[in-house]
Amino acid sequence: MAAARARGRAGTDAQLMGMMRVDVNEVLLPGVGLRYEFVNRDGDRVGIVARRSGDFELMVYTAEDPDEARPVLRFTSEEADTVAEILGAPRIAERFADLTREVPGLSAGQIQIDPGSPYADRVLGDTRARTRTGASIVAVVRGEEVIASPGPAQLLRPGDVLVVVGTREGIAGLQHIVQD
Amino acid sequence: MHTPTALLLELGIILAALSGLGALARRFALSPVPLYLVAGLALGEGGIAPVPAAREFVDTGAAIGVILLLLVLGLEFTVREFTAGLRRHRASAAVDLVLNAAPGAAAGWLLGLDTVGTMALAGATYVSSSGIVARLLGDLRRLGNRETPAVLSLLVVEDFAMAGFLPLLAVMAAGGTWWQALLAVVVAITAVAGAVTGSYRWGHHVGRVLSPPDPEQLLLRLFGVTLVIAALAELIHVSAAVGAFLIGLSLTGEAAERARDVLAPLRDLFAAVFFLALGMSVDPTDLVPMLPAAVALAVVGAATKLATGWYAGGRDRIGRRGRLRAGTALIARGEFSVVIIGLAGSADQRLGALVTAYVMLLAVCGPVLTRLAPTRPTAIPRRHANSSGSPTIE
Repeated sequence: MAAARARGRAGTDAQLMGMMRVDVNEVLLPGVGLRYEFVNRDGDRVGIVARRSGDFELMVYTAEDPDEARPVLRFTSEEADTVAEILGAPRIAERFADLTREVPGLSAGQIQIDPGSPYADRVLGDTRARTRTGASIVAVVRGEEVIASPGPAQLLRPGDVLVVVGTREGIAGLQHIVQD
Repeated sequence: MHTPTALLLELGIILAALSGLGALARRFALSPVPLYLVAGLALGEGGIAPVPAAREFVDTGAAIGVILLLLVLGLEFTVREFTAGLRRHRASAAVDLVLNAAPGAAAGWLLGLDTVGTMALAGATYVSSSGIVARLLGDLRRLGNRETPAVLSLLVVEDFAMAGFLPLLAVMAAGGTWWQALLAVVVAITAVAGAVTGSYRWGHHVGRVLSPPDPEQLLLRLFGVTLVIAALAELIHVSAAVGAFLIGLSLTGEAAERARDVLAPLRDLFAAVFFLALGMSVDPTDLVPMLPAAVALAVVGAATKLATGWYAGGRDRIGRRGRLRAGTALIARGEFSVVIIGLAGSADQRLGALVTAYVMLLAVCGPVLTRLAPTRPTAIPRRHANSSGSPTIE
């Protein structure tokens, strides 16, 4: 069920972040789906309706009539996935940083592949990152796209950002290797 | 095999005409149900264009239409939503029942209908059309409004109440005595409770048996089992519709979602045929004398639903405008009122005519009134200068 799927997605997000940073209110809409509601920093009350069909609807509540939603946008489930990816991409590294804070000795870092890097336009396996430094490359961020758990055959391009998890020394070592 | 040319031709023309009417209704964001009923009136006895060859198919199709309507309704139902709705909106649901069944019962008494007729009329005025209302709220982009959960909860409770009401009515209409009717209701309620707990505990087993991976298999098996159960239910006078509703209830989660997907087109076809058949069964010459009564009943029915919405909204601490929106949203009556009359229709010719006119009036006026309900504040005060990032209408 789409509503359940939406709820599941919110749940894993909360786990990934370690905690929900925003207090989200959940209201059941029988036969239709679920409504999520929260107040942003500007004080706008934001509503998101997740329909059973998989569609989403985004709305704001005005101060003049708090009962009435002012419709903003509607998303099909594919569009909603795209929006979630766009909004989520730059924050992936941040979330890993949160995650590693809970494991002593483990840290996360971001390493950019510069155009002059020896590994630009080569595959990830060529860096032999794990063997040489013990650090793991858990994701490659390319613009708005996130390649999670990249394999050794993953091609690296100039401008890519590697999300790395490992010891502080291991990450520094990998940075040295990649940016040398 | 002999090809029934006349049947194919008539049926084809009818369906094409219904499609045209449906498109017209959707253009004005209205439900096509009243137009289907009008089409039925025109094609039925005493109508302008009788269709003798298609008649038999339409009558059979109508029986299947009711079963599919209830099956899909059962599939959409979840225990969590029902219990949550009942817990929060118990008082509103009671007010809904009392306020809206009363006008029908009173009208039945005033018209001198028998017990079955009076009960059927009370049921027809009580139940809002969940199909029309849910769709309308989505179209008007009001799903996010704060009064909407109360409205949707009332609809779910009403639909569930029908599971008890339909067998009662079916037995009474079949000429059963009070204790037989009561027994039927007990059987139906037990079966519903059994189906609900069953789906709760062993839902995955039921789902596995009734929901094979292949869509074609799924359609044939589910449809076949439903027809058998519906027939058995009818045999013990519990109404085929309730049997179908039970099958719908016993499927949950992913199985229900898949079943909804494969059944939707079939339901659309046969439900249209059902509304058509109901229109056909009413003689337009019977309809005209019932019009004043239907108009009066529609006015009262709209007012009582408005009061129900006002009360339900008030309990959720909704403002004046939101309470009016909730009330107007509930006005539309539709498929269930028609199903009820389909069960009891043979009792009295006037009943079918009255309810057909009543549903046609409210299925059109309800959505129009909902549209007119106050939405935007009359004057929008300017917001603070520092909140420039938020959308405002100047």
